[in-house]
Amino acid sequence: MRELTYREAVREALREEMKRDPSVFLMGEEIAEYGGSYKVTQGLVDEFGHDRVRNTPLAEASIAGAALGAAIVGMRPVAEIMYIDFSFIAADQIINQIAKLRYMTGGMVKVPLVIRTQGGGGVAAGPHHSQSLEAIYAHIPGLIVVMPSNAYDVKGLLKSSIREDNPVIFIEHKKLYGEAGEVPEEEYLVPLGKGEVKRQGKDITVVTYSRCVIRTLTVAEELKKDGIELEVVDPRTLKPLDEDVILSSVKKTGKAMVVYEAVRTGGFGAEIAAMIAEKAFDYLDAPVKRVAALDSPIPFNPRLEDYILPNEEKIKAAAFELMGK
Amino acid sequence: MPEIEAAKLKEIYTTMVRIRFFEERAIKEYRTKGLPGFVHPSIGQEAIPSAVCAFLREDDYVISTHRGHGDIIAKGARLDRMMAELFAKETGYCRGKGGSMHIAAVDLNILGATGIVGDGIPIASGVALACKMKNLDRVVVAFFGDGATNSGAFHEGIGLAAVWNLPVLFVCQNNQYQQSTPTRDYTRLSDLSDRAKAHGIPGITVDGNDAIAVAEVAREAIENARKGRGPIFIVANTYRTGGHHMGDPGTSYRTKEEVEEWKKRDPIKRLRDQVVQNKVATESELDEIENTTMRELDEAVEFAIESPEPKVEEALEDIYYTAG
Repeated sequence: MRELTYREAVREALREEMKRDPSVFLMGEEIAEYGGSYKVTQGLVDEFGHDRVRNTPLAEASIAGAALGAAIVGMRPVAEIMYIDFSFIAADQIINQIAKLRYMTGGMVKVPLVIRTQGGGGVAAGPHHSQSLEAIYAHIPGLIVVMPSNAYDVKGLLKSSIREDNPVIFIEHKKLYGEAGEVPEEEYLVPLGKGEVKRQGKDITVVTYSRCVIRTLTVAEELKKDGIELEVVDPRTLKPLDEDVILSSVKKTGKAMVVYEAVRTGGFGAEIAAMIAEKAFDYLDAPVKRVAALDSPIPFNPRLEDYILPNEEKIKAAAFELMGK
Repeated sequence: MPEIEAAKLKEIYTTMVRIRFFEERAIKEYRTKGLPGFVHPSIGQEAIPSAVCAFLREDDYVISTHRGHGDIIAKGARLDRMMAELFAKETGYCRGKGGSMHIAAVDLNILGATGIVGDGIPIASGVALACKMKNLDRVVVAFFGDGATNSGAFHEGIGLAAVWNLPVLFVCQNNQYQQSTPTRDYTRLSDLSDRAKAHGIPGITVDGNDAIAVAEVAREAIENARKGRGPIFIVANTYRTGGHHMGDPGTSYRTKEEVEEWKKRDPIKRLRDQVVQNKVATESELDEIENTTMRELDEAVEFAIESPEPKVEEALEDIYYTAG
C-alpha cells in the first residue's frame, strides 16, 4: 500500500474535504504561501485560493471567535492554532463560546468547526512550544478532543472531524509529522469516539495516544524477549472516550498502564485510570500505573527535556514493575 | 441625507417603549416573584438598538451582550418568549438554559448574547466573513458596552473585520461606566471612537440618547457595509440610569445629581417630544403604543407563569448535537 507521512495525510484530508464541500475553509497564522509552521497546508492556497485558505492576524481569540461566527451561519471552518500553547489566547472563545453556544441557546445552533493544532515536545522548543494540553479541553463539556497517532488515523479522523456537527479540538503531534504510514488511495473515514487495539498482547493493557503510541509499540517489540506481551490500546478520541475498547482489554489482561506525554497531575491519563478503577476494579491484579511527564514546564535543554518526558525506558520500567519483575 | 421618515420614527419609538416596559416589568417580576439569577437592565440606552435595528433587514444579524434585552427586542424577539426565559421556563428562547444574559433567537438572526464582555465582537466578524464568502449582502451588528473596548477580543475582532473588509457595525453603547468604573479611570481617550484609528476603519461618535441622530448614523453605516465598504466603529454616548444589575442601586460610584442630569435627557421622552412637535404622530397615537405594549407584557408574564419548567433531564440535552 502507498505510504504517506502524517503531515501529508493531514493535508490530503483537508484537500479532499475542501473539494467535497465548498463551505469548508481554512484560517490561521501563516497557513497560505508559507504553508504553516509545520508545512501542513503547503500548496493548498494555490489550489483553493486566498478566500478559502486565509492567513489571519496573529490574534488567536479572533481566529477562534470568527471560526465560531462562521460556523453558526453555515460554514465549516478549520481553524489552525499554530501551537497548542497559543490556544490559551483563544481559550476563552473555545471554552466559553464555542463549547457552550449550542447549550446556552437551548440547542438552537450547530457548531461545525475544527480547531487544528499541534502539541508535544521533543524538538527543544522550550516551555511555550512543547506542552500537551489535551486534558484542559477534554475537561470541557461541548468539545470533542481527537489525538491521532499515525498517518492512517490522522487522515480518517480529520475527515470525520470536518464533517462533524460539533466543535472538535484536533491535536496533532509535531514529532509525528514526518512519520510515514500506510494510507490507502481510496476514501475512508475513521469514526470519532472509536478506539483501536494497535497491538494484541495478553499481559498488560497499555492505554496510550498520540506520539506515545509509537513509543509504546517500540517497547512492546523489545519486551517480547522478556516474555512480556503488551496490548496497546489507542482511544484516538479522548472525548468522547471509547471505554469499551479499554475495558475489554483490561478484563483480558488484568493489568493496566496509561502512557501520555502531558504532565502527570490532572492529565487525561488520570481520567482513564480512574475510569478503569471504577469499572474494572475486580479484574485488576495490580493498581493502574501512569507513565507521564514529570510535573514541570518543558525545559529547552534536550537532555533535561528527555528527563521530563515519558520515554521507552520509563514505559519499560513500569511494565516490569507491573509484572513484578 | 433625507430625513428619517415618519413611519420609521414611529417604529423606533415603539421599539424603545417595548424595551423600557419589558425591563421595568422584568425588574418588578424579579422583585415580587423572586426569579432566579439576575438581570442587567439597559434603561436609558433604548434609543441605540432601536434606531440601529430599524434599518436592518430581517436577514441581517445581531450579536448582543449580558445587557442585551434591548438589542434583542429591537431585532424582533418576542416578549413572551423572552419573559419565559427570564422565568427559566421551557418555553423561553433558550429553554431555560441561557437566562437573561444569553437570549438568542436564531430564526430572527439574533445569534446570541455573551456573558463574557467583548466576546461577541470576533464572533460577529466571523458571521460577516461567512456572509462575504457566500456572497450574501447581509450586515452584522455587534452591540457591546464601553467596558468591552479595552478587551483583547474587541481589538482582535475589529482588526479581523478591518483587514478582511467585512460588513460589520461595531456599536458601542457607551453608558459611561465599566460596571462601576467611569471611563476616565480606564482609558486616557476622551473619545472612544478614536480606537477605530488603530485599525484603519472609520470611527464615529453620536449622541446615543438622540434616536434620530443614531438613526441617521446607522442608516448610512448599514448602507455602506452592505455595499462592501467595510466595518465601522460607532460610539453612542448614553447612560444607564439604574445600577449595573438589579442588586446594585448604582449610588456608590456616581452622584445623585449626575443620574438626575441624565434622566432629563431620557431618550424616550426626547423622541416623543420630537415626534409630537413635528406632527409625526399625535399624543394619543403614542399613548396607544404604550397601552398596547402594557397589554402585551401582561400576556407575556402570564405566558411565562403558566409555562412549564424544563424537565431536569434536559440539563444533559444539547451539550452536543446528535443527528435525528
